[in-house]
Amino acid sequence: MTLPEQAVLVGPEETAAVSPPESSGGEHEGPAVVLRGLHKSFGSQIVLDGINLTVKSGETLAMLGRSGTGKSVLLKLIIGLQKPDSGSILVQGQEITSLDLQAMNEIRKKMGFLFQGAALYDSLTVEQNIAFPLKRHTKMTKSERRDRVKELLASVGMESALKKMPSDISGGMQKRVGLARALALKPGILLLDEPTAGLDPITSAEIDELILKLQEEHHMASVVVTHDLQSAKTIADRIALLYEGNVLIEGSFQDLEKSNNRFVSAFMQRDS
Amino acid sequence: MSHNASIPHRLISQDVPQVPSLMRATLTSLWSPFNGFLEWFGELGIFAWQVMRAAVRRPFEGRELMRQLDEIGSKSLPLVALAGAAIGAVLSLQSRSSLVHFGAKSMLPAALVFSIIHETGPIVTGLVVSGRVGAGIGAELGSMKVTEQIDAIEASGVNPYKYLAFTRIVACIVMLPLLTLAADFFGVLFGWLADTLVDPISFTKFIHRGFAGTTFSDFLAPTCRTAIFGLIIGMIGCFQGMRTQGGTAGVGISATSSVVMSSLFVILADVVLVKLILVFFP
Repeated sequence: MTLPEQAVLVGPEETAAVSPPESSGGEHEGPAVVLRGLHKSFGSQIVLDGINLTVKSGETLAMLGRSGTGKSVLLKLIIGLQKPDSGSILVQGQEITSLDLQAMNEIRKKMGFLFQGAALYDSLTVEQNIAFPLKRHTKMTKSERRDRVKELLASVGMESALKKMPSDISGGMQKRVGLARALALKPGILLLDEPTAGLDPITSAEIDELILKLQEEHHMASVVVTHDLQSAKTIADRIALLYEGNVLIEGSFQDLEKSNNRFVSAFMQRDS
Repeated sequence: MSHNASIPHRLISQDVPQVPSLMRATLTSLWSPFNGFLEWFGELGIFAWQVMRAAVRRPFEGRELMRQLDEIGSKSLPLVALAGAAIGAVLSLQSRSSLVHFGAKSMLPAALVFSIIHETGPIVTGLVVSGRVGAGIGAELGSMKVTEQIDAIEASGVNPYKYLAFTRIVACIVMLPLLTLAADFFGVLFGWLADTLVDPISFTKFIHRGFAGTTFSDFLAPTCRTAIFGLIIGMIGCFQGMRTQGGTAGVGISATSSVVMSSLFVILADVVLVKLILVFFP
């Protein structure tokens, strides 16, 4: 593929039409996540090539891009599941690239992660899945934990699935439970890896509505990796389009739609 | 004059590999698997170090350990008991004719008990558990790896080396000696049963003859060496499972390689440990 011509780089300051409210999950005042000159390669394949990106507290940033452009890798770098080759990652003002495991685990408690396939623990019930982080990181009693799990399940409309095994519920339901688990520790930052992938349009719209509702309730900073333009349009305050290991353009959905760049146009017109 | 001037042209074919390149190819083909094996060993060492580092930090995952003790121990018991029983019966039937031939029929209980306690019980238990548990751990952790469940554990601030690997390894170490005792018991019981069906002998008399010259150390060293088998089975199963790549095909490969590698190392460890036991418990 040829290089896109005239990449229109739109700064976040220019595009954030509506300033999102402060996150209640973390007391941090500054940006939730700051990436500076981030490089990541797998063998000879360069996935991220000096990426710079800022996610403000309380805003939802959608990451778009072709498959294999490193969107999911970026999320895993933010939560410390992978290490960057070089560059800096600040999570709520704290540099995480040099942290040891124990310190990283403390940072991870401030983040919730919804995996692409929900990644529910298949040997545990729905209730045990959501209670998993609560049991390990809080001093809640059994009954307090049960109440919190019920509250979380109610917030994602899954109260009836308490005792079910993950294999007994549908993909959409698994995503809801995954979302409830990600919210268990009241994180300040929510990372969502393709929350609507593999779901029918109606379920996808329900998940989008749920994310919006949870955003309003919890005021977290969210980074959403998605291929679903409709979903990005619905839930994101700002969109960043990745191309060849870097951010080609960032701005509102309308900014991307208006772009003259050939690649951006091709990407945005796919669904319209 | 050229060096090749007297050699017919057809013999200097470009298709025939030159000696240095042939040697290089041979060396490469020999080095490659050896290099792969060294890499595997190095990665296993790093994995073991990570598990040990995780093990000394709180919390100690007691509930998960209990679940694994049940999963690895109680659920392996029927298979181990069956294998022990079959080996005991077969040993009794096979040894009987030879001992009768040499007029040493009365030695059968002692021969059977010695054979089962010293070698057959431990190695059969090791191999049966490496088949059942090794494959189970490799497949379970492999499938957790490819469905990002291990990443999810790590993302929620829990160390997977402790929660998944350490608990399984400890469960294997604890349960293998106990399962060996069960295999020994069923081996002796069914050895007596096979013997008494041919030539009736009371169980008390059989046991009395069988354990006549047996001391506690005869039991202790062979049974305790299966704790090393447990370490091997747990460590290799967890290692192979947690490094799974490539979807469901990768899970199959992990399960198979867990069984193959753990069985192989159990057999090798058996040889070394038997020698060590003979040195330290003559």
